[in-house]
This record gives sequence, structure tokens and C-alpha cells, in this order.
Amino acid sequence: MIEAIRDAMDVCMERDDDVVVFGEDVGFFGGVFRCTAGLQKKYGPSRCFDTPISEAGIVGAAIGMAAYGLRPCVEIQFADYVYPAYDQIVSEAARIRYRSNGQFTASMVVRMPTGGGIFGGQTHSQSPEALFTHVSGLKTVVPSNPFDAKGLLIAAIEDDDPVIFLEPKRLYNGPFDGYHDRPVKPWSQSDLGEVPDGHFTVPLGQAKIVREGTAVTMLSYGTMVHVSLAAAEAAGVDAEIIDLRTLVPLDLDAVRRSVLKTGRCIVVHEATLTSGFGAELTALVQEECFFHLEAPVRRVAGWDTPYPHAQEWDYFPGPDRIGRALQEVLEV
Amino acid sequence: MSEEIGTETAPADPLSLHVPEPAVRPGDTPDFSTVRIARAGEVPRPPVDVPPDDIRDLAFSIIRVLNRDAVAVGPWAGLLSADELRDGLRHMMTLRAFDARMMIAQRQGKTSFYMQNLGEEAIACAFQKALEPGDMNFPTYRQAGLLIAAGYPLVDMMNQIYSNERDPLKGRQLPIMYSSRDHGFFSISGNLATQFIQAVGWGMASAIKGDRKISAGWIGDGSTAESDFHAGLVFASTYKAPVVLNIVNNQWAISTFQGIARGGSGTFAARGLGFGIPSLRVDGNDYLAVYAVARWAIERARRNLGPTLIEHVTYRVGAHSTSDDPSAYRPKTESDAWPLGDPVLRLKNHLIELDEWSEERHTQAEAEIRDEIITAQKEAETHGTLHSGQHPSVRDMFEGVYAEMPPHLRRQRQQAGY
Ligand SMILES: Cc1ncc(C[n+]2csc(CCOP(=O)(O)OP(=O)(O)O)c2C)c(N)n1
Ligand SMILES: [Mg+2]
Repeated sequence: MIEAIRDAMDVCMERDDDVVVFGEDVGFFGGVFRCTAGLQKKYGPSRCFDTPISEAGIVGAAIGMAAYGLRPCVEIQFADYVYPAYDQIVSEAARIRYRSNGQFTASMVVRMPTGGGIFGGQTHSQSPEALFTHVSGLKTVVPSNPFDAKGLLIAAIEDDDPVIFLEPKRLYNGPFDGYHDRPVKPWSQSDLGEVPDGHFTVPLGQAKIVREGTAVTMLSYGTMVHVSLAAAEAAGVDAEIIDLRTLVPLDLDAVRRSVLKTGRCIVVHEATLTSGFGAELTALVQEECFFHLEAPVRRVAGWDTPYPHAQEWDYFPGPDRIGRALQEVLEV
Repeated sequence: MSEEIGTETAPADPLSLHVPEPAVRPGDTPDFSTVRIARAGEVPRPPVDVPPDDIRDLAFSIIRVLNRDAVAVGPWAGLLSADELRDGLRHMMTLRAFDARMMIAQRQGKTSFYMQNLGEEAIACAFQKALEPGDMNFPTYRQAGLLIAAGYPLVDMMNQIYSNERDPLKGRQLPIMYSSRDHGFFSISGNLATQFIQAVGWGMASAIKGDRKISAGWIGDGSTAESDFHAGLVFASTYKAPVVLNIVNNQWAISTFQGIARGGSGTFAARGLGFGIPSLRVDGNDYLAVYAVARWAIERARRNLGPTLIEHVTYRVGAHSTSDDPSAYRPKTESDAWPLGDPVLRLKNHLIELDEWSEERHTQAEAEIRDEIITAQKEAETHGTLHSGQHPSVRDMFEGVYAEMPPHLRRQRQQAGY
């Protein structure tokens, strides 16, 4: 998935001189996850460069550049470190179009690795997507495989609004189904690891049905798409699994169609439960599908604690917890 | 005159972006010829109540005590007895051996992650010796020497690193993100720079309460770019907070050389000048110099004279962390070329020069320290390592989020089966 993300930036930089890439350790070294490796060499240090360790600075500078007319695609080293930039994102990037009545805009992407599963403790594991979906003016994207990562990132860079692009770091090197004690499978052994060369997009705002089924709809994104698939399989449930891919704008039609068909729904995310994006999804399903629901909508999410180090796999909403929720929803 | 008019009216070349680059990259020959280094003993020692404006040049020089012959010279020398120096050497040797041992443990899969202090041992070890009980450090992840010099048990450090059943932090924190209030060691955040301003707040609290305690903030060269660093300086300056603000300039921030954070400023210490904060640079590989400068700054804080900014000039000899490989971004031999030498070796040579130490005693001390660490490690491992043996319980994960567990968390704990 790392190659797909790099390739997306490469394609965009090649096609459009206005695309610039920067962040901490992003230039010469090519990023701590190597997502920008080679870009500085290819496009020179004024289009791909290292920044001081200042997330507020990175995003603030990107806003200034975007307002000028560039298309910055910046990296925050871990989503856990985005908070110093939160003011710039929320108060500035998200509102510039609105408050200037379109005189100034912030066409930019803020990329960041998200999620746990790597024993990263509280500062390398968080899933802060709901902090962005709650903000009007931002788009929020979470890919679950290399193909989508490339297509979505190109679409995000070409989008005229600020896009928060959350990359599940546990998926960088291969799909992860939540069975942490099994060997890691690389993307090269998966169909989804096949990424076409050159330019293509996966439009923002389109969900994807990754498994068709009739018993229950499972809504998820990022790492949890794979975990949901594994959980449904383990539980022997004919679930319809939807990879939302973009949280805002949301593909509500896809959600509605599926829940109207199955009459049951669970939402799975790794982020903490309370006020998580699952709350939004649950409310929407209730509003849109109430008279077709045969059971209460259930959420499976990270516990409402900081992300622990030692107890990582007790914290992570793995296949067992999802399996239990499936059972509960199906028993009604 | 006409020339000046000419430059004003001639059309300027198009703009171009300036992006600083280090002098050398992998494959090049290391070059520190641009690093200006004062001779040991050369920099004067002003009185602690000196007006900041009178010592602006100390932000550009380097205070050094040990000269090339391992002799302590100049006005900053003469503060430590032979016993104290031997203690200091032992702390540094312990930290270095501890790091080496834990790096192996990490490679063996006994923990997930490690960060070492190699080459920077003098800074934290010497600074801690200048503090009093009750003072508080707000450290980064590269100041384990503060704990060792404060007498924190090695086995507790290992228990934390292993996230085992005796981990004082219950498995909640990444390895080496220690916390020990009793040892003047504030809980490490992991989010860079956040704690620099908190150190100032702690000092302000001591002043508000009319106490005598002071605090010390710590930050890396790279992290000085964060807004919290500047917030720390302005609060310290405005309220003359009793705090020592330490910048550890080890030349690198992961793969990013110090020029990216420093920008056009001459030195990191010079950042303090605009805030009217006395700002000094010290040879961070010179135990005696670090101790002397720490004493000076701590005395200023204790006497209500306000904050001091110290830039400790050193070099990060090891990788940033166990997740990093520096050969991709700097010459492999760069650390050998570092002009300030090795802190352990320099203090050892100084003690030998004083006739207070010998090669034999050094070898013996190394063996004793190794035994001490192995004993601690054996004990720690009886309490478990990250992937085997006893662990903090899942219950522990739900505790400590709030003073009292709210109902929703209690419910979740029950759902988890605990
Ligand atoms: C707010 C924040 N941004 C980014 C990071 C990721 N990160 C961890 S250490 C580091 C480099 C810090 O360099 P420096 O301040 O020089 O300290 P050193 O590691 O050299 O001791 C970075 C970028 C972080 N931990 N927190
Ligand atoms: Mg550094």
C-alpha cells in the first residue's frame, strides 16, 4: 500500500507542477513509512521537502500555498501528532472557502497514518477520524487497500476542498484480518494489491460492497473492513460488508440500499466508541431505515480508554468481539 | 550610490525556495569544520544575577571544562569531588550498558520498541546531580539518565520496558516512556514539545505557592520548532518562572538535520535572546561542564532570578529508535568525526588524569555494572516480558482513565469480561 500511495503522489506531481509534498522526514529520507521515497530526487527540493517539526506549521503553510494556487499534499507523521495542527485544519482550512465566499480556497490533502495493531502505544495508534468528520468543510477518506489508496489519493489531491486522508498503518504491508497471531500476508498475495499504473481515480463519496450478503449489513472502513470479513466468515454469517472508503461525503445510498435489504446492521470501527463515527452511522441508519430494522443497530469499537501498549489485543475490536455483536443482532 | 540605485531598479530574478541541506550525506566524508568550538576554559562564568543582555555571547559560544588532555580548566571547573565524579562516571556507564542490554532484549522480541541515549549520557546524568529532591524534570524519551542518576531501580525501568505485571505504568505506555513522581521525573508524553510549557507551569505553581522547588523542561533540537516550545519561552520570560529550559541539540531529528529546525538562527540557544532569557551553550559531552552550567541555571531559578535556556551540544550516536536506520540519511562514520568526543571516555580519562581511577578499576566497574544489570534483568523477566509471562490485566486497561470509573466505562469493562 505504501507503493500505491507514493505512486499516487508521483502521478499527480508528474501531471501538475502545482502539487507539492512536504512534512517531517518526508524529503531526503522519504518519510518514516517511506511513502514519499524518491519524490525529492525526482521533483527537486522545492516540490518535496523536509519541514521543521511543527504540525501547525506544516498545515498552516499548506493553507497559505493552497490559497495561492498550489495543491499541497502534506504528511503528518502519525495521526496521533495532528493535534498541534488541529486549529489550522478546523478553524482555517475547513472554512476559508466559506468565509471568503470562494475568494480563497484550500485545495489540499493532509495525509496521516492511523490506527493500531503495531504495539505503538497511545501515541502511534489512535484513530481520530471523528474529530474531522465533525467539522464542516472537510472531507475525510480512509482507504482499505492499495488500489483504493491510490485512486482515492489522486482524487483527494485533485479535489478542490481540504481532504483528511487517513492511512491505516496496519495495512501498509498487507491486509490484516485481526488474527494477530497468524503470519502476516503481503499485499502481493492479494488481488487488492494489484494497482494499475498511471492515472486513475476512485471518486470520493462512493462506498464499495466488498461482500454481498443478506443476513446483516456491516459498515466499516480501513483495517476493520478486513477484520469484519474475517469475523463474518468465522461466524458463518451471510453478511453484506460495506467499505465506506469516504466518511464525508458519505455514500448514504449504498448504506440505505443494503440495510433496507438485510434489515440488520452493525458498525465496526477501531476508534473509541463514544461520539465515534459509528454514532453518526447508527443515527443515519435509524433515520433512513427505521421501519425496516429487525434489530437495534450495534456498534463494535475501541473501548473508551487511551490506546494501551501491553493490552493492545484486548483493546482492539477483533473478530471475536465482532462475532458476538453479529450474534446479538441476528438473535433478535 | 549609483550601484545601489541600480540594484533597486533592475528586475529581480524570479524567486526560488531555499531548502537547507546538511553538509554531507551517506557516502560523503563527515565534515564538522563549520561547527565552531570554543577552547575548554575559555568562556567566562558570570554571576547568576547578571543582566541577560551582558551575556548574549554565551548563546553563541560553548562552555567547556575538560580540555583535550582531560584536565578540568577555567572558571566553570572545580565543583565536583572525586567521589562525585566517580558516581557520575558510574551513572553514565550504567546507562550505556543498560541501553545495550535493552537493545538486545528488543531484538529478541521481549519488547516492542526501544530508544537509546548513546553519546548523550552526560547531559541527563550530570543535570540530575545538580537538582534537589522535590524538583521536577519534564523529560523527553532521551533522558533516562535523569532516572539512573536519581537512583530509580533498574528493575523498575525494565518492568516498564517489558510491560510486565510489575510495570509501574500497568502496560499503558510505550517502552521507555517512564514516569516517577518520587524521582522528579514527570510522565513522558510521546507528543513532542508539549511538556516544555508544562515545566514552566510547574515552576510557576511553585512560585504561586511560595515554595522553593524548581522545574526543568527538556526538548530536542528538532522539537524546538513546535509552538509549545515558543509558548514555554514566552511564559517563562513573562513570569520569570523558576525553570531551567534544556535543549538537547544532538544534531538530528530522526532523518532531519538540525539546520531544518534552526533555520536562519545562529544557534538554538539564541532563540532565548528575543525573550530576554539568559541563554547558554554547553559541551553536552563534558560531564563537568553540563554539571557546572546546570548548577548555575538552577541557582538562578532557586533565587527567583527567573528562567535560563541551555543548549546542550551533543551528537545522537545511535539510531533514532529501534525503528530507524540512520545509514539511509547520514554517513556511517559521522559519529566518529564528531569533535566533542565521547562523554564516558572523557570523564574516565579525567579521573585517570587526577589519579582517581585506572584502566583496571574501569574494567572492574564495567563488570560490576554488567552483573547488576543482568541481575535486574533476570528479576524483571520473572515478572514477564511483552509477549510471555505475566502481564498487567485487562482490568488495568480500564482503570485510571478517570479518578472514578464512569458507568459507561464500567459497562465496557464488563463487556470485555472483567
Ligand atoms: C508532535 C509530534 N510530532 C512528531 C512526532 C514524531 N517524532 C518522534 S521523535 C521525532 C524527532 C525528534 O527530534 P528531536 O526533537 O531532535 O529529538 P531527538 O530524537 O533527537 O532526541 C519525531 C518527528 C512526535 N512524537 N510528536
Ligand atoms: Mg535531536
